[in-house]
Amino acid sequence: MENSPKTLFEKVWEDHLVTSETEETPAVLYVDLHLIHEVTSPQAFSSLRERGLRVRRPERTLATMDHSTPTRADVLYGGMPKGAAQNQIATLEGNCKEFGIELYDLKSKQRGIVHVMGPELGATQPGSTIVCGDSHTSTHGAFGALAFGIGTTEVAHVLATQSLLQRKPKTLGINIKGTLGKSVTAKDLILAIIGKIGVDGGTGHVIEYRGDAISAMSMDARMTVCNMSIEAGARAGLIAPDETTYHYLEGRPMCPTGTDWDHAVARWQQLKTDEGAAFDKEIHFDATALEPMITYGTNPGMMMPITGRVPANEGDAALNRALDYMGIAPGEPLMGRPIDVVFVGSCTNARLSDLRQAAVLMAGRRVASGVRMLVVPGSQEIKRRAEAEGLAQVFVDAGAEWRESGCSMCIAMNGDSVGPGQYAVSTSNRNFEGRQGTGARTFLASPLTAAAAAVSGCISDPRQFLN
Amino acid sequence: MEPITQLRSKTVVIANSDIDTDQIIPARFLTTTDQDGLGKYVFADWRFDDKGDSIEDFVLNKTEANDCGVLVAGHNFGCGSSREHAAWALRDFGFRAVVSTSIADIFRSNALKNGIVPVEVNDDTHQWLLANPRCEVTIDIGHSVLRLPNGTQCVFSIDSFARHCLLYGVDPLGYLLSQEQAISTYERSHPCGQ
Ligand code: SF4
Repeated sequence: MENSPKTLFEKVWEDHLVTSETEETPAVLYVDLHLIHEVTSPQAFSSLRERGLRVRRPERTLATMDHSTPTRADVLYGGMPKGAAQNQIATLEGNCKEFGIELYDLKSKQRGIVHVMGPELGATQPGSTIVCGDSHTSTHGAFGALAFGIGTTEVAHVLATQSLLQRKPKTLGINIKGTLGKSVTAKDLILAIIGKIGVDGGTGHVIEYRGDAISAMSMDARMTVCNMSIEAGARAGLIAPDETTYHYLEGRPMCPTGTDWDHAVARWQQLKTDEGAAFDKEIHFDATALEPMITYGTNPGMMMPITGRVPANEGDAALNRALDYMGIAPGEPLMGRPIDVVFVGSCTNARLSDLRQAAVLMAGRRVASGVRMLVVPGSQEIKRRAEAEGLAQVFVDAGAEWRESGCSMCIAMNGDSVGPGQYAVSTSNRNFEGRQGTGARTFLASPLTAAAAAVSGCISDPRQFLN
Repeated sequence: MEPITQLRSKTVVIANSDIDTDQIIPARFLTTTDQDGLGKYVFADWRFDDKGDSIEDFVLNKTEANDCGVLVAGHNFGCGSSREHAAWALRDFGFRAVVSTSIADIFRSNALKNGIVPVEVNDDTHQWLLANPRCEVTIDIGHSVLRLPNGTQCVFSIDSFARHCLLYGVDPLGYLLSQEQAISTYERSHPCGQ
């Protein structure tokens, strides 16, 4: 068995088995890196305290604040008003202090959305296992790490034992050939994939994304793809590390240096699916003819090319309910439809390259009157770099709001939200009912499509602005 | 957690497919640091209008839902986020089992840790359950069988360890802690960064 061909997933899985699974018991899987944030950790620390347990490996645990944190500088640095969100932040501070965990707190220059910060610090490394009480932990799979979201009870398990009880998932290989067209991005590709396999198409599976279209992508783009694996039901998405990965990681604060770096790269080069290794399921996809994509409904699988028409399948109850919520008639086009809010942000699309794309389209243009645009960088580091490059000025000159980093309008827990009945074009990952605020209606799209909507005041094809 | 071998309860039906965790409990209620008392927020945006008044015709607002411990839902229940608050809220509201043709991975795992039995049934059983709300079903955990009042039954699959934990009230953390030696051995052979 030792020498039989293996998938990338199997290699990482087997390398982290403390004990193998049996019919009666799941595997005990070792966790290299545990990321925590303010929303899903408090109850886990409480249960540790109740049982008199310590954190087994605090140095393998990193904490940040992102979900309920303010993005307005005056609130962030001037002191949060007393309340539940502020209490949650204070609770995380207290827990990290008590259990000896490194915390990137509100004033930290390296703070950011947990899935943006990990890679940026170089904490996310190929071949490792990474978990977080957050479903978009799948993002880190872009580095060839096995990374997935867990519930709060499991957060307590990992804190106490640095391990998890897991059954081995199945594997789904998604082969993507071809080249993305101009103004067609990783976001459009992953939306198209979810549309094809469905929002439960990956349930029970770990996806490995492969092929020319993936190899050609930057790390930022690969993270966008892996980020939304959960939107297809898969807990994890993986991409084999390559030169692009090493180039991104080299010199990051938590990465090895000198000969340790060379050894690490030599190890990482083994991390690929062997010739002849079999996936449980495999699908093929061609990126060449893809157009910019946009969602029209209330889950990410309800998507279409931007120039398309909303489906009109009268018998489909889920579709009817979604269109009713969205206030869209079956068979309508979306192009030209007025919108109220544009959000560029979230762990899907708030990295530097995303902001660059939006800024290129917006340079010299203004946010349409009556439209509110919020640009929220994924981390404080990205914020500084975007300011240094002049991207922030482009947004501000256009009339957009430029904020401190955080989840913001992706989940609407911090006061940034879309109003009831309003339409938002958002670069985030979920268009669920109420996700961006009670009654909010979300169109998911790429940063380019979001920027095009901002300057035109309606849903627009970004290719009209750039080609 | 107290052991459970069998559940006998009436069903309440929410037939929508792809019910995500943002519907089960909207994010604005996640600023809590507790896990108790979340039942009042279950399906908050489907139960209450923007003034906070009950929406009469939503099934969970009807008195007939009061004694129903089994939620029958459409395909792909619990997709979306990892928030365990969804399981805490359903449990606090009174649900002890969720029945669907497919249940999302993270929600399933969270449900099991909170004494909610995730039951995946075949299409025929599902259709029957959707068409017959408020029927009394029996979920036999030991035999992994769901019994309908019409006498038919449907075997469902449940992880054997999870079933063991439900049947005997075993806490999985206790089991993990008992693996201490194996974990230490693993750590010695895989030092940080290796
Ligand atoms: S940005 Fe959105 S999806 Fe990402 S971690 Fe924050 S809330 Fe979750």
